[in-house]
Amino acid sequence: MALDNGGKPAAVHESMPISKALSSRVLLALRLVAFLATVAATVVMALNKETKTIVVATIGSTPVTATLTAKFQHTPAFVYFVIANGMASLHNLLMIVVEIWGHKFDYKGLRLAMIAVLDMMTVAVASGADGAATFMAELGKKGNSHARWNKICDKFGSFCDHGGGAIISSFVGLLLLVIITALSIGRLVKPRPAALSPV
Amino acid sequence: MTKGKISLVLRLLAVGSTAAAIAIMVTSHETAKVLNLSFNAKYSNTSAFVYFVVAEAIAGGYSLVSLLLSCMMPARRLVMTMDVVIAMLLSSSISAAVAIGQVGKKGNSHAGWLPICGQVPKFCDQVTGALIAGFVAAAVYLILLLCSLHSLLALKP
Repeated sequence: MALDNGGKPAAVHESMPISKALSSRVLLALRLVAFLATVAATVVMALNKETKTIVVATIGSTPVTATLTAKFQHTPAFVYFVIANGMASLHNLLMIVVEIWGHKFDYKGLRLAMIAVLDMMTVAVASGADGAATFMAELGKKGNSHARWNKICDKFGSFCDHGGGAIISSFVGLLLLVIITALSIGRLVKPRPAALSPV
Repeated sequence: MTKGKISLVLRLLAVGSTAAAIAIMVTSHETAKVLNLSFNAKYSNTSAFVYFVVAEAIAGGYSLVSLLLSCMMPARRLVMTMDVVIAMLLSSSISAAVAIGQVGKKGNSHAGWLPICGQVPKFCDQVTGALIAGFVAAAVYLILLLCSLHSLLALKP
């Protein structure tokens, strides 16, 4: 990046616009993929529902059936997952819009700082959601013999599969968000001017 | 240089709270006998609590290292990026532990999971204490992120 070659002032001024445009393009592309990943996670988990009818007893010749539903609303961790990924996708959308059209707006020079702060907050929120959802999914898949909690994935296989897919997609979005945050923080510090270098 | 002092105090606080969380969680242990069934509650029965302890240990170790490093040579952007990663780790570990703890305390009627806090109340209380300490650590790290960002902005010419 242009921030490290402070030796030649002329070369810095020539190469800075090119690498700055490239880095902002890369940032925009990463944000787009992260937006798609978090939207996919939100939508797949929000539509995650499975109904199963099982025969409980037989009276005479007519079977008595009970309908069991597995919905994401049953678990607070998955509710938080949907909300947090929704917020993350909104944040990504807002940042994409700001990157493309928002270069005129600058509030006291704090635009890049606000972007970095919002990125960090979104990382914190999304990582919490991922952690909670992963461990709830593991509990549903393996159960917990010590607490006498049975696993539910053998009965509701499709629910578990969709949930797993949503969690994987959310992890991809989180990873990209961390990279984006690192890049946003890197954009904050301006390169040292050549006049200050000892040579 | 008050900004540096605030950062040092916050990191010290983070070391303290992660150490407290680990200590309280690891020593939580209770055995109960219910209807001839022996209920042995340890933190290692649940993988979420094991992850919580490991993540707090990593965060505590990193806080100690960054405490020592910030006195010697400030590499601000690297420390800030690592702060984001560790804050993410702490946030996910506390969320996971609270999610599993909530199932333990209230159960989940839809999945047929009964709450266990009625049988092992002392274990539940200690786990709650450890989770509070872990939450304090996560909050401290978020404040630290904002402080580092503020000090980074002050460097701009």
